[in-house]
Amino acid sequence: MAKQPDHINVKIFALEPTPEDLAGAIPVFHRWIQQNAAPELLIDVADYRHVPAGPGVILVGLEANYSLDLTENRLGLLYNRKKPVAGSLEDKLRQAYEAASAACRRLEQEPEFHRKLHFDPNSCEVIFNDRLLAPNTLETFERLRSGMEQFFAELWGRGTFALERVGEPRERLRVRAAVRSSLTPLI
Amino acid sequence: MKASNPFWKDQLEDQMPPQLAAEIDVFEHELALRRQGKIDERVFAETRLRRGVYGQRYDSGQRHDGIRTRTLAYPEGKPTKGPNTVWDAPGMQRIKIPFGGLNARQLEVIAELAEEYADGVAHVTTRQDFQLHFVHIDDTPTIMRRLAAVGITTREACGNSIRNVTACPLAGVCRDQVFDVTPYAKMMAYYLLGHPECQDFGRKFKIAFSGCKENPCALVRMHDMGFIAAVREVDGALRRGFEVYVGGGLGTVPYQAKLFAEFLPVEELLPLAVAVARVYTKYGEKKNRNTARIKFLVHKLGLEEFKQRVEQERAGLRPDPRWEQMLREIPTYQERPLKDPGLLQITAPRLEGFERWYARNVYRQRQPGYATVTIALPLGDITAAQLRRVADLARKYTRETVRTTVEQNLVLRWVSEADLPALYAELKAAQLAEPVAGSIADIVACPGTDTCKLGIASSRGLAAELRQRLLAQGADQDAAVSNLHIKISGCFNSCGQHHVADIGFYGVSRNKNGYTVPHFQLLVGGQWEENAGSYGLAIGAIPAKRVPEALERFIRRYRSERAFGESFQSFIQRIGKAECKRMVEDLMPVPPHEEDPSFYVDWSDAREFTIGDLGVGECAGELVSPVDFQLAACEREAFEAQLLLEAGQIERAAQTAYKAMMHGAQALLRFKLGAFPEDPEAVYQQFRTHFYDTQLFFDPFAQGKFAHYYFAAHARNGAPHDPESARRQIEEAQLFLEAAHSCYARMLAAPAGG
Repeated sequence: MAKQPDHINVKIFALEPTPEDLAGAIPVFHRWIQQNAAPELLIDVADYRHVPAGPGVILVGLEANYSLDLTENRLGLLYNRKKPVAGSLEDKLRQAYEAASAACRRLEQEPEFHRKLHFDPNSCEVIFNDRLLAPNTLETFERLRSGMEQFFAELWGRGTFALERVGEPRERLRVRAAVRSSLTPLI
Repeated sequence: MKASNPFWKDQLEDQMPPQLAAEIDVFEHELALRRQGKIDERVFAETRLRRGVYGQRYDSGQRHDGIRTRTLAYPEGKPTKGPNTVWDAPGMQRIKIPFGGLNARQLEVIAELAEEYADGVAHVTTRQDFQLHFVHIDDTPTIMRRLAAVGITTREACGNSIRNVTACPLAGVCRDQVFDVTPYAKMMAYYLLGHPECQDFGRKFKIAFSGCKENPCALVRMHDMGFIAAVREVDGALRRGFEVYVGGGLGTVPYQAKLFAEFLPVEELLPLAVAVARVYTKYGEKKNRNTARIKFLVHKLGLEEFKQRVEQERAGLRPDPRWEQMLREIPTYQERPLKDPGLLQITAPRLEGFERWYARNVYRQRQPGYATVTIALPLGDITAAQLRRVADLARKYTRETVRTTVEQNLVLRWVSEADLPALYAELKAAQLAEPVAGSIADIVACPGTDTCKLGIASSRGLAAELRQRLLAQGADQDAAVSNLHIKISGCFNSCGQHHVADIGFYGVSRNKNGYTVPHFQLLVGGQWEENAGSYGLAIGAIPAKRVPEALERFIRRYRSERAFGESFQSFIQRIGKAECKRMVEDLMPVPPHEEDPSFYVDWSDAREFTIGDLGVGECAGELVSPVDFQLAACEREAFEAQLLLEAGQIERAAQTAYKAMMHGAQALLRFKLGAFPEDPEAVYQQFRTHFYDTQLFFDPFAQGKFAHYYFAAHARNGAPHDPESARRQIEEAQLFLEAAHSCYARMLAAPAGG
């Protein structure tokens, strides 16, 4: 039985040059908690700047986490959805992408990052954070492809983008999506 | 919380050992019953703790956001996970790894769990466990099933139980060992797991094994029960056994374990453990958790009486067939290398940095041609991707012989020396080849305020800051200081093992003009070597933001003034604690908030520091209140007590420590009542009436524990002390004064007239 994927993560990459230090994220995320700046219940800030290629600085929430993430040494805003979202795959993708995108826009405007941090609106990575609902196989990728294509067509326009499965088999299913002109060599 | 939770049980049914599967089913039922309100919250709390499911900071549903204390709007209508613990609040899952031994698949599964249920990071603890943070309780049965499928249990990882049995990570490959303690540690861990004699302890119980007496890898002397490998000739044949220690422990006041037996034959290992467990169950404190560790029982009974009772219990034990059966399995335990032994090719070209890494992170094993490689993890943290990489390397270069260490690192054992350059290159590519293992920059820190409910200050924030600075200064490469150990705890509970560091810190707070300021108590001269051979004593509380400067001063001075071959501990003894204090005294004052607000914010945080919902009290406006002055004077007295002890004046030291507590009590009485009794008996009585009976002095977690230190000292005043009891009274005086500071802060924060 094909199970419905859930717990979709979206990482929107930062454009070069990126800030050298993420220390600024700590006061920013604490302010977001004070201001209830996201739809989720925001709880605390976790500082992992000391971990190479790690999760950076995380704004921990109940339904989702936001982080300035450094996985693979590539900075991006990661939205990690923890609570299931109702609806189709497109609905879940839309929810995660919009949440990530809203956080990116807000971060770009924060005084700590103003003019220092910009996110790429033309590429992102989708991570299916559940190995049982979305095993990292070619079969799952093909099964989910149409839903992803529908969502990214809505976002960027039909035929303008490419989807590629990235990473190694033990990882969670990861799909890099990018507008064709902005495709970068994939790892 | 995970949508896949209901499916995992079927998926893994054939992979889990039936016993573990059944236990997890029971736990899942208990979760369901608690959701229905059919299990009392206290019972449920202990139940989940015994499965390694721990609470985390802010799980009361209250959090100070830097401006005010707010109620976190968790969904309503759910039960609590324990007293004052919200169901949906993130928690911690501890994963028990007996003697730290892991294989590649286990590493991969921990990586998967870190990604899918936690924050992407797995944390190695000072007891060779792993921890996952920010986990939802509804996910924990699935986490347990996925672990069980690869042979890992979380049972008794927390709670009043036998905690993870630790062992030297070099056991079996160590050049100094008497014999390999690994199979004995493993035997002990699995024999006692779920043992019926170990289910009714008043507190936790920690066991460690070491292969030799001199090296610190297992820290035997700070354990409830510790075993050091020994051999003895019996009837012309060499027999294996253990030197046995009992009643050690760090905690708020550290106790050195006492020598229980010079030689215990291996056949007696399991029976002795059961006999000790029985004595602990029968006679150990149950009501007051602050005095429930076995160290208090050993102290109360005296070692000889304790031994007698253990021997009586041993004599009455019915033989358990598993004693012999498990012993018979010992010789079958064997670790083997994957590759033939090899020699490091001296002339071969190597990657940059190899020499430094080799010198610091590589240990040549007792087996020629093999090495153990340490992977130094910053603050014990490793990402899921890195765990998978370690699993790959464990398969490629070894027969998956990986262990965690009590210094929060990983080791790869049985690497052919010829493979070291290639392994280095691969570790470097994975950003896992930092050449700092066991160095001054390899700082041990407990979770502190990051995630711990008891944390006072940010031990990890401070550790990260010190690490960065020490590396930038090249201290890890400076032969004079590179081998010093720094350990940091977020509070007095010693999870960061600050007592056994050359330089240790634990988090405290101080009141400054209506604000609370994060501080760290500085301890110097503890001993990591000789299995944690001696403990450091407090020098004074330093504002968190000035700790890096204090550390730098000690490093500079030791570097420039040490005698040839002089250890840091000897150096501290030579210059004396008074001089140590003089070195940092000017760093202790805190500038007013309006002058430098950064002092009022902890490391790795942006919020104004608080230890609770603290407002500006009645004394606001005064630069320094009389109580502040008096408590500062008491701290000086406690410090003088240390100096007297150092000078061998045992009775005066203990008496001075007692007076420091009594004067602290006086200070609080003066603030509360305006009264200032002088007579010690009157101070004692009034303090008891107004601060203890009213619970005003109670710490939110330790309750009346610190008041009892004063009461005990008052009760025994005049009775003779030995050096150990005097040292303990001094430690207790320091903790009493910390509690007095906190109590004063709470009184300031209370509404006028309230």
